[in-house]
Amino acid sequence: MLSSSARRGAAVLLSAAVLTTLSACGAAPDQAAGAADGKSKVQPGAAASLTDLGGMDALVAAAQKEGQLNVIALPPDWANYGEIIKAFEAKYKIKVNSENPDASSSDEIAAVKSRKGQKRAPDVMDLGIAFARSGAGENLFAPYKVTAWDKIPAGQKDADGRWYNDYGGYISIGCDAAKIPNCPTTFADLLKPEYKGKVALNGNPTKSGSAFGGVYAAALANKGSFADIQPGIDFFGQLRKSGNFIPVESTPATVEKGETPISIDWDYLNAGYAEQFKGKGVDWKVAVPADGVYAQYYSQAINKEAPNPAAARLWMEFLYSAEGQNLWLKGHARPVLLPVMTQDGTVDKDAAAKLPQIQGTPAFPASAELDKAKATLAEKWDKALS
Amino acid sequence: MSPSTPASHSEGTAGGSTGRRRRRGPRTWLAALPLLVFTGLCFGVPLGAIAFGAVTRTDPSSGATRLTGEHLARSLQGPYLGSLIGSVQLSALTALIGGVLGVLIAQAVVTSRSQALRSAALTASGVLANFGGVPLAFAFIATVGISGVVTQLADLTSLGWSLYSFTGLAVVYLYFLIPLMVLVIAPALDGLRPQWREAAQNNGATGRQFWRHVGLPVLAPSLLGGFVLLFGTAFAAHATAAALVGGSVPLVTLKIADALSGNVLTGQENVALALGLDMILIAGLVMAVYLPLQRRSARWLR
Repeated sequence: MLSSSARRGAAVLLSAAVLTTLSACGAAPDQAAGAADGKSKVQPGAAASLTDLGGMDALVAAAQKEGQLNVIALPPDWANYGEIIKAFEAKYKIKVNSENPDASSSDEIAAVKSRKGQKRAPDVMDLGIAFARSGAGENLFAPYKVTAWDKIPAGQKDADGRWYNDYGGYISIGCDAAKIPNCPTTFADLLKPEYKGKVALNGNPTKSGSAFGGVYAAALANKGSFADIQPGIDFFGQLRKSGNFIPVESTPATVEKGETPISIDWDYLNAGYAEQFKGKGVDWKVAVPADGVYAQYYSQAINKEAPNPAAARLWMEFLYSAEGQNLWLKGHARPVLLPVMTQDGTVDKDAAAKLPQIQGTPAFPASAELDKAKATLAEKWDKALS
Repeated sequence: MSPSTPASHSEGTAGGSTGRRRRRGPRTWLAALPLLVFTGLCFGVPLGAIAFGAVTRTDPSSGATRLTGEHLARSLQGPYLGSLIGSVQLSALTALIGGVLGVLIAQAVVTSRSQALRSAALTASGVLANFGGVPLAFAFIATVGISGVVTQLADLTSLGWSLYSFTGLAVVYLYFLIPLMVLVIAPALDGLRPQWREAAQNNGATGRQFWRHVGLPVLAPSLLGGFVLLFGTAFAAHATAAALVGGSVPLVTLKIADALSGNVLTGQENVALALGLDMILIAGLVMAVYLPLQRRSARWLR
């Protein structure tokens, strides 16, 4: 039996241990603000362009001094990010710390906010367009204009350089030709009775960007517009009533298993499945529906308080170089500089030839239209589907 | 939340407990300090953060925070209210079915007198009660999904079966709720003394009368406790439902996930916190019904 004072001592010790452990998790490390060599005019964290940094060599030197880059939410099997990270590490001898590859855009923003001033805060972000806009509004991003800045179409970048689109794709209909005799190629096709219990989305459109794109595309196919997503919601309601729609989230696993034989998803993901499951009894065909053409791009941004500001800027320069853009293209995604690169001949022609064919140029909803569509969807989706 | 086991109480007599009370020093509560600190940090701080976020709004550009009731109001309207109702319906239904079936199975196991069956059933229950999330969802998809093995063999689709519906989700939930009920109710069934049954029989009571007047009243708090536990488990389940039905069966946990960590909706975090607060209130209400009843008749199981 312990004496009462010994017991009290043990209690105090224990609670002190708990407190120390907890506070240690939140300790803020020293700032890794690496001053570049003499040529650079400003600190990397304040540089808004390559000229500010004193040219590419100075940037590489500063980034190598930092030696690492924190990235978040970059799945290796998504738009070829696995190879992009490896290529960057090999080329510049900088270690990439890839955190939580399956995180969402709001997880990225939350990580930036909650780890302000910490060494493990993410340096760069790959965001859905709505989060790029709201993050810029909250003043979370550092303005930086990459060398290729002028070549990015005006509609696909923030005027101040806080975010700019990187890669994207079109909503497409993937279909297992080994199981489905006639693959659907338009949204109108999907309503046919022969596709009963076969049509899936990549997730819940109030959460998943690609599923949201699917509903938007369906709206365009059914006399809707960027300002009016309701026809798309009605379309899926109709699909659900006819029994064609299955609410299971399509993933590589459900595609391989044959549970989601028709899946509405980004064309780069669907094209990736086609390659992945070749020879496994799945003959995955990809079609961009002619009646509902909807493209969406993701955006890149630099954390305003990036712990490795030079490496972050070097990462951006790499992504928007011909090499980085072609690596996305290799992952079946359409890099934002694709039109320019097709003109000047720096594009990887083999990879470009593998993309599903598209007529015309993509249009994008305005910020207000996007917000309205989301509000409508959040309000009406449940009711239409249940 | 598990029902009190008979063994833990059998030794304490009335005299013994008063003796202990007299020895208690004025400051022995200090020994409980680690527990209090732990509770404060791990339950109090998150609860405070949820409550604070649910009733405030921070302006993104200026950073000023002010009190508002709009998040709570929104969480009780439209699709958010629908998701709360959907969650309560699904949890209540599955907890009821799971509770009844779990008790029947546990009673069969407890009265079988086969030690092998007993340990096998309890071990299996322990494993199955913890089998959840995406693996469980995918196991069901592969078995009774649209192109699942059993669906194809037994032609379930023509019988109107669909895994991706309220019914389908309830069946999946029962898969882990029934074993959970078996686990928590078996000790209480052990606590029903055979002597009570013998006494009832000696007085000419039928089996039905024994259960009606002795068995069920004594078990009632444990049964209710099991129901509350099952309700809570089903109410808080998220991953299985997310993988199976996406947005087509409205559930509050899915709504919170959509609002908190999605790629589509921005600026909904506070509504998610308000929904979390609603969930805590509902769970609190259910507990409030259970606790007084439990105290009232727990003495029989000592």
